[in-house]
Amino acid sequence: MPSRRPSVAELTEVRPAAAPAGAPPTTVLAMHGATLTFGERTLWADLDLRVRAGEFVAILGPNGSGKTSLLRAVLGTQPVTAGSIEILGQPVRRGHRLIGYVPQQHLADRGTPLRARDFVGLGLNGHRFGVPLPSRARRRTVDAMLATVDATHLATMRIGDLSGGEQQRLRIGQALIGDSRLLLCDEPLISLDLYQQRAVSTLIDASRRDGERAVLMITHDVNPVLDMVDTVVYLAGGQVRTGPVEEVLTTEVLSDLYQTRVDVIRTRGRIVVVGLPDGAHEGHESHPRGARG
Amino acid sequence: MSPDIWGELFRFDNYAELLVLVRNSIIAGAVLGLTGGLIGVFVMARDMAFAVHAISELSFAGAAAGLLLGVGVVEGSLAGSLSAALLIGLLGSRARDRNSIIAVLMPFGLGFGILCLALYSGRAANKFGLLTGQIVAVDNPRLTALLVICSIVVVGLLLIWRPLMFTSIDAQVAEARGVPRVAVSIAFMVLLGLAVAVSVQIVGSLLVLSILVTPAAAALRVSASPLLVPLLSALFAIAATVGGIMLALGGSVPISPYVTTLSFLIYLGCRLVGGARNRGRRRHRAPTTDLAVR
Repeated sequence: MPSRRPSVAELTEVRPAAAPAGAPPTTVLAMHGATLTFGERTLWADLDLRVRAGEFVAILGPNGSGKTSLLRAVLGTQPVTAGSIEILGQPVRRGHRLIGYVPQQHLADRGTPLRARDFVGLGLNGHRFGVPLPSRARRRTVDAMLATVDATHLATMRIGDLSGGEQQRLRIGQALIGDSRLLLCDEPLISLDLYQQRAVSTLIDASRRDGERAVLMITHDVNPVLDMVDTVVYLAGGQVRTGPVEEVLTTEVLSDLYQTRVDVIRTRGRIVVVGLPDGAHEGHESHPRGARG
Repeated sequence: MSPDIWGELFRFDNYAELLVLVRNSIIAGAVLGLTGGLIGVFVMARDMAFAVHAISELSFAGAAAGLLLGVGVVEGSLAGSLSAALLIGLLGSRARDRNSIIAVLMPFGLGFGILCLALYSGRAANKFGLLTGQIVAVDNPRLTALLVICSIVVVGLLLIWRPLMFTSIDAQVAEARGVPRVAVSIAFMVLLGLAVAVSVQIVGSLLVLSILVTPAAAALRVSASPLLVPLLSALFAIAATVGGIMLALGGSVPISPYVTTLSFLIYLGCRLVGGARNRGRRRHRAPTTDLAVR
């Protein structure tokens, strides 16, 4: 598919969920004209995005549109071709202590010699060299995080013995611990049942409610987080649209992005997208031909 | 079992005198057990048991070449296992690639080793020993070499313990948190290569897994504590090597079967204990409820 330059994406100015009274919330992430190309293929171009503390951003788009690459660019593990990305006013760099990352689900196996509390603790100082020494302060921090992700009763269980939903909550705990200011989640709800989806998305939502942290979440289905999302970043066909749900998830915008007639229907508090080009269906991870942007 | 075979397997005449003679072997066995038990935890966490086997085959090939060319068995086996470990580490970062590289290396190593042994005209005991172990013949220089290599492995492991565990569990998250993933993995492969090379000296290349994998697998059956698993694993490995040497003293059979059998019995015991405990816990654990999130 030929890649086209997108029209200028508007800089998003979005209301934070719970801004502290007085001072405006800090900008956690700022992208200016960020572009990522692989050879001939442009995944996204001229991406301008400002994410403030307390904001919940959903990244949507068909398979292969560069959603995961976008998170990796923010992490500094994927250099952008052009433009700039800043975290809290500083250029991105690898191993930023204030970014928590929950990559696509992969379950821990039984050969992992870690209990739930050790797993969460890795987020605190797993990057340090040497043998972990017991410390009371560390223990308290881990206990508090286990309580936050409602896993106190799992603390001494083997990580590989826990269910997908339980492991996902612990992975979020691992990403949040150490006061991260930006939480990046890649399809955190995938392969969870509805109940667990609710538990995990509520947890992610709650993590930014104090106005200290922003959330960037890739999802193939916006409906489970529809009432939480402040901003949508929609990637398709090398183009980007950013803005509030009601401005981006519309028949006009998606039809323009996909270059074909796409209907966006709101029904019973859900958003249904009809008429996506073959291979660009949202919510079909196993589709053999993802629409390549 | 007829008394003859029993006598071949276990004989404890003049045991105290024999014990003095094999002092070196027992020290070697204990140090090796400690090393193998510790690194085994990561072999399990990284799911690399198959890779250990391939490295040990290449180590065998190197040792055989060292014997043939007169370079020295220790030097040869170190060269073989280090190059295999680095190859697997560099080319096989993904499990799928890793498995195919291992499958390619293993028969080559074994074949090359057999070729070298066939061409070698020296003592036949040396040949057999490379495959099944030759612990009785640990002289002072060899013990020193073993102690030095094992200390490098243990100290190295302790240094990279946490980041290595982090990358073993989730390489992407670890990398995002600033762990130098590639450097840590390569360092681990070098340590693994060293550990395999010294293990080959003692139990032989065919049976290295009984020191580098079985004790850790057994420990994981009874615990998931990041402190207890390595301790138990090292303890099990030491029990298997030292116990195996002491049992084998009077008999006329190679040492390896004793080590591997002890190691296997420990694993069996841990499976039974772990299984019983899990059943008990399941009964006590309330029906799984994923509580609403605060």
